[in-house]
Amino acid sequence: MKIRARLFATLREGRGREVETDLPEGSTVMDLIGALRIPEKDVAILLVNGRDGRLSGVLGEADTVSIFPPVGGG
Amino acid sequence: MDRYARNMTALSGEENELLRGACACVVGCGGLGGYAVETLGRLGVGTITAIDGDVFDETNLNRQLYSDTQALGESKAAAAKSRMALVNPGIRVNAVEAFINEHNAGDLLRGHGVIVDAVDSIAAKMLIQDAAQKLKIPFVHGAAAGWYGQVTTVFPGDRTLDKVYRRRDADGAEKALGTLSFTPALVAAAQAAEAVKVLTGRGALLRGWMLFFDLLEQEYEIVEL
Repeated sequence: MKIRARLFATLREGRGREVETDLPEGSTVMDLIGALRIPEKDVAILLVNGRDGRLSGVLGEADTVSIFPPVGGG
Repeated sequence: MDRYARNMTALSGEENELLRGACACVVGCGGLGGYAVETLGRLGVGTITAIDGDVFDETNLNRQLYSDTQALGESKAAAAKSRMALVNPGIRVNAVEAFINEHNAGDLLRGHGVIVDAVDSIAAKMLIQDAAQKLKIPFVHGAAAGWYGQVTTVFPGDRTLDKVYRRRDADGAEKALGTLSFTPALVAAAQAAEAVKVLTGRGALLRGWMLFFDLLEQEYEIVEL
């Protein structure tokens, strides 16, 4: 199934703003970040189809996943 | 000439009075905090508690508003108080030279109408969320790293930061990127606007929404959390 990843800030480096990935049926968000070679620690805000998502969430065909890195400075 | 003449009429006379009677707590007086104290103080928030246990060092000079070559080694909280005594002697700034922790958070944050998160670690931000929740005080979260910043307003019960930071002890991107001068300025400006809206009840808050901006690409996203 085709999954669209929208990447923000530092996650674009070496990957681009939007990446379409082909994943097997039943794949999770965790599988997606693995396919994109994004370490789990580099995932902060995570949205699936515009709603707050979980790494364990199962994806469906044509889902859009938005991923932001952690920003914590003051 | 009234010093608040240019607050009108973007803020009404009544709203200006509300701000004069309000107490805001700014936790952190570095990158975000310096700009937050400056903007809230100039606007006329009557009482500001400025909390920071740190002193200025050379690495702060690229962005921290109250740092300068004479202030190296001086308390950040004390500098915020001294600065505001010059800029707006009509308001009161209480400088607290301490780092917020789980033991003192309740006492430090109690009694304020809004808290501004200007701390520099994810762990400290989560601590503020916990304490603000217990005290039933809304807080305005802000964070900066490199070219990127984010702001959201969290009310008791929302626990918005649980959806943002997956681990309480995580490192933010600022560890690798540093922070550029304009980034905390923009984050803090947005935080101050949110704080004023919390105090006056006017306008649409970023409650349940995160403003995320990327100054390198000039992209501004507001995402629902």
